[in-house]
Amino acid sequence: MMTVPAFFFYLFSAIAVASAFMVIAGRNPVHSVLWLILTFVNAAGLFLLVGAEFLAMILVVVYVGAVAVLFLFVVMMLDVDFAELREGFLQYLPIGALVGFVFLVELVLVVGTWVVGPGIASAIKAPIPNAAQVTNTEAIGRVLYTTYVHYFQIAGLVLLVAMIGAIVLTLHHRVNVKRQSISSQNARTRDTAIEVVKVKTGEGI
Amino acid sequence: MVDFFWQTLWPIIIILAQSVLLLVALLIFIAYILLADRKIWAAVQMRRGPNVVGPFGLLQSFADLLKFVLKEPIIPAGANKGVFLLAPLVTCVLALAAWAVIPVHPGWSIAEINVGILYIFAISSLMVYGVIMAGWASNSKYPFLAALRSAAQMVSYEVSIGFVIITVLLCAGSLNLTKIVEAQNGPWGMFQWYWLPLLPMFVVFYISALAETNRPPFDLVEAESELVAGFMVEYSSTPYLLFMLGEYVAIVTMCAMGTILFLGGWLPPFDVAPFNWLPGIVWFVIKVCFMFFLFAMAKAIVPRYRYDQLMRLGWKVFLPLSLVMVVAVAAVLHFTGWAPK
Repeated sequence: MMTVPAFFFYLFSAIAVASAFMVIAGRNPVHSVLWLILTFVNAAGLFLLVGAEFLAMILVVVYVGAVAVLFLFVVMMLDVDFAELREGFLQYLPIGALVGFVFLVELVLVVGTWVVGPGIASAIKAPIPNAAQVTNTEAIGRVLYTTYVHYFQIAGLVLLVAMIGAIVLTLHHRVNVKRQSISSQNARTRDTAIEVVKVKTGEGI
Repeated sequence: MVDFFWQTLWPIIIILAQSVLLLVALLIFIAYILLADRKIWAAVQMRRGPNVVGPFGLLQSFADLLKFVLKEPIIPAGANKGVFLLAPLVTCVLALAAWAVIPVHPGWSIAEINVGILYIFAISSLMVYGVIMAGWASNSKYPFLAALRSAAQMVSYEVSIGFVIITVLLCAGSLNLTKIVEAQNGPWGMFQWYWLPLLPMFVVFYISALAETNRPPFDLVEAESELVAGFMVEYSSTPYLLFMLGEYVAIVTMCAMGTILFLGGWLPPFDVAPFNWLPGIVWFVIKVCFMFFLFAMAKAIVPRYRYDQLMRLGWKVFLPLSLVMVVAVAAVLHFTGWAPK
């Protein structure tokens, strides 16, 4: 008899695998991104099933809500000619196959030499802090902001540098462009903006 | 087999029944919220508003529903049919899904999860997909440009809402919605709810919520008078209805979120005789209606923002302000020892 969590595990993982396949099988790149989003959502469902609700929600907020939106933006604005794409398929097949093969060999080598750490089995059985007493948001917070606080801040710094780099690369300060100055607009008063003029008939200003 | 029924199927049946009950109550509430929106708008402009269908126009929303459902859905020939029809469904289903965690009364939420507020935040960050998918699948330049415009708007204001949520979480010490409401309970009654100690954040939340749900004065998504109907240009009948429904459900969700984060959820204003006779759900509904009244008044009296001003407000005013507030609130909580636990 299948229990409910097992049922949902198979449901989520089946959809995740199927939609991951559709990402590479889809003809239309926008559809591929949409399938990728479905994969992310199902991965979040799998996180939920193992009780990692914080990770699940962060996965949805960051990857689905922000990263995939940017993907979709870029892909949607590309003017893709599907017929031309398919023409080049055979030409790139050998290189693609070679890259895929190298990647597969690397994966097999890594997984083949996988060693489970000595203390892992006991740590899973009796996690510190006790999983029944703290929520996993709190558990993550306790290690992230104490033991790993420096790594955490370095990661933040790396992201900041990357962000500033992206802004510097794309910011062109063009001259001769009329720009708004909000403060000077707000500083305008009736006295500086309106002038009452008596106009004589037939003369104009 | 009997065990299987009672242990596995029965909880699922109960959850389904609860969900259906919540959905029916919510949709009827939405029907009257929609009517209230139009009535308030009309009253501000000294009109009567809808007053023909039923007494005082009370059945207007249901008449509109029938009209939308009975018309023919038109799908443009060049549209990407699957995505075109998926977009309104995504909008509507996501908007309704957020209500799974909202506690309307002590213990009355379908799922009592530890990360309730993050769940709502995640759902509202997914709402942007309905817009983008609709704009792209219509295969027409106006919806597409509008979709890009509104996606940028929704993503921008999500950032400041995120920081507002963080300040409330700092004060409450939990991501669980029920605990956030309980943290606001105290001898000072309504003056202990977070709207007063976190007043600037309440204002930022209110304005960001307007922008996030594409309400006037930030309805550049739709802007019917100058930019056709935004990303929904190609939609008609039931798919359009689903967009409208999703939009209003999202608005009520934002009102409920404001109620829970700042107005003490189901708590009565003062825990004394006439106030605590009413059950919690009544207070919750009253507060949601109050929040919605604020939304409706903004629609009636504030003119539409220009797009660059909208972006400036989000990124150059609200983002630094809320960042500073996060630091300030954290510092105050830390140095005064008021931090929870």
